[in-house]
Amino acid sequence: MSTVLRAQHVTRRLSGDVPVTLVEDVSMQVESGEFVCIMGPSGSGKSSLLYLLGLLDMPDEGRVLLGEEDTSRFGEKELAARRLERLGYVFQYHFLLAEFSVRENVALPMRRLGRLSAAQCVDRADSLLDQLGVADQAAKRPHQLSGGQRQRVAIARALANDPLLILADEPTGNLDSASSANVRQILRDLTHAMQKSVVAVTHDAAFAAVADRCIEIVDGRIRVSAT
Amino acid sequence: MQVSLAVATTHLRSRLRATLVSLGGVILGVAFFLAVSSLMRGSERDFLKRLIDNNPHITVYDEYRLPEPQPAQLRWSDGAVHVSHVKPRAEPRGIRAYPEKLAFIESFRGIRVAPVLTDSAVLLFAGHQQAVSVSGIVPAKMKTVTTLEEKIVEGSLDALAADSNGIVLGVGLAQTFHLHLGSTVSIVTGAGTNHALRVVGLFRTGNASYDEEQTFVLLKRAQALLEHPNRVNRFVIQLDDATSARNVAAQIESAIGYKSVSWIEASEDILSLLLVRNIIMYSVVSAILVVASFGIYNTLSTIVIEKTRDIAILKSMGFQARDVRTIFLLEGLIIGCMGSAAGLAVGAVLMRLLANVALRPPGVTEIVHLPVWWGPEQFALAAAFALCSCLAAAYLPAQRASRVHPVDILRGAT
Repeated sequence: MSTVLRAQHVTRRLSGDVPVTLVEDVSMQVESGEFVCIMGPSGSGKSSLLYLLGLLDMPDEGRVLLGEEDTSRFGEKELAARRLERLGYVFQYHFLLAEFSVRENVALPMRRLGRLSAAQCVDRADSLLDQLGVADQAAKRPHQLSGGQRQRVAIARALANDPLLILADEPTGNLDSASSANVRQILRDLTHAMQKSVVAVTHDAAFAAVADRCIEIVDGRIRVSAT
Repeated sequence: MQVSLAVATTHLRSRLRATLVSLGGVILGVAFFLAVSSLMRGSERDFLKRLIDNNPHITVYDEYRLPEPQPAQLRWSDGAVHVSHVKPRAEPRGIRAYPEKLAFIESFRGIRVAPVLTDSAVLLFAGHQQAVSVSGIVPAKMKTVTTLEEKIVEGSLDALAADSNGIVLGVGLAQTFHLHLGSTVSIVTGAGTNHALRVVGLFRTGNASYDEEQTFVLLKRAQALLEHPNRVNRFVIQLDDATSARNVAAQIESAIGYKSVSWIEASEDILSLLLVRNIIMYSVVSAILVVASFGIYNTLSTIVIEKTRDIAILKSMGFQARDVRTIFLLEGLIIGCMGSAAGLAVGAVLMRLLANVALRPPGVTEIVHLPVWWGPEQFALAAAFALCSCLAAAYLPAQRASRVHPVDILRGAT
């Protein structure tokens, strides 16, 4: 197994009248095909760590390596390019673009990357939707779908450019238990069937059962890392 | 770019009513810009055409711009020599050796020239007398440099050419003296010569003072009346290309020495006035588009606020700040392009309506139509200004959108 992502002594603070430390001296790594679950109480810094790992935010100290690349020297353009090519996001609130159809939402990252023709983008979007069991919803708008279906579409969109790593922020936080189980299983299958790495931030204890490794974070620091 | 265009069009469709209002503003702005500016430019071109057609393109006078350089100035050209109170050389007025100079000017390509001897005189008829300007002309040459022939309402210049005692008058002067074709009038010049002349032509230019004061006789007759044998005191020149008048006048003046005044120099005050008028006109019509661009700014700002979360999502997907900026600039551009296209069409309809308006100004017999100029530059200018306004209006919202930090939005999202 190769290392997909490494965080080395990462610290992130918010300046202001009262400075707040969101993440403090966190080091961790994610291997290829590994399902890592980050858990912890609200406000512990789980999402902030995820944003740092996902190159949406930059650490004040330490560094994040994507493969062998040190991203601390990257500018906005390089960070955006890495997010587009190598990372996929799934958020708690699906965050699909309301005015686009399900198919268009999934095709959007592919069209931005520009490696496939418009027809190929649509074909791949349909294929991903089919794999996730929502192919029959492709022409609908996001508001016409159930919560579970939307989250599956969001996962399809995250997979659009065949990323190395899927970052999920409370992916089941807004779903009923049946849909949650379904999404958990899909993420689990991604690591097994497609050799994708998954880092999921969650309150959902059931994730511990499907993850390869769980990291508990409290007050911005890793307290326990268990396999 | 295609993705940005897809997102941009989706944004505009999502706020269709506001988009249509913005679009309406641009359409009206472009249409009024086009209609008003084409009317103003049309009237300007009409005025300039009259100015150019009714006046000589260049007039060469029997004067010098600068006094003749004195021997001391020539001898010590680098010295601090100032000679004051230089008396003009005593010689009869007029252009010396005019036939040679006339031939020289005629050698220029695209130029037509007529010699004229002009002076003041007094016209006498049935106890009335009036000061007039009498111009001695060669009718065949005068026809090539003025529109006088077209302005003649009775008689002709050919009749003048055939009658050495003929005179051509303005209609206004003829009415004052109750003259008609064939009437005889007396003319007294400053030299004291008194001579009877027969009216062989009447002209109407529409310029009342000109029609009441100007008269034409044969050049030979004028030279005899004014006692300036073999002299003329001006050359009237017409060019194929009126816009080159300034350069040609300078060439003539440097070659023959006499003051040569182009129509541009003679009309500097009027041209300045037209320039100021154009600046005012463009300021006013541009203001309409500037107001319209505020509508676009408002619409796009609202979209940026409404779509902040979508912008954050696009950025988390890998869209760069530049992509986001492009989306909103494209939105401005789409409104600008659609508004310009429709605005030009509406503007063309307005121009057609304006061109059909018939007016009869007080005291004028002929019906005049509003002079609308259909120049393509006017259409291009209206469209270009609209596009620039729309892009400028979109720029600030686009910049704001490009600066959205996805983490700030995702952290606070519910």
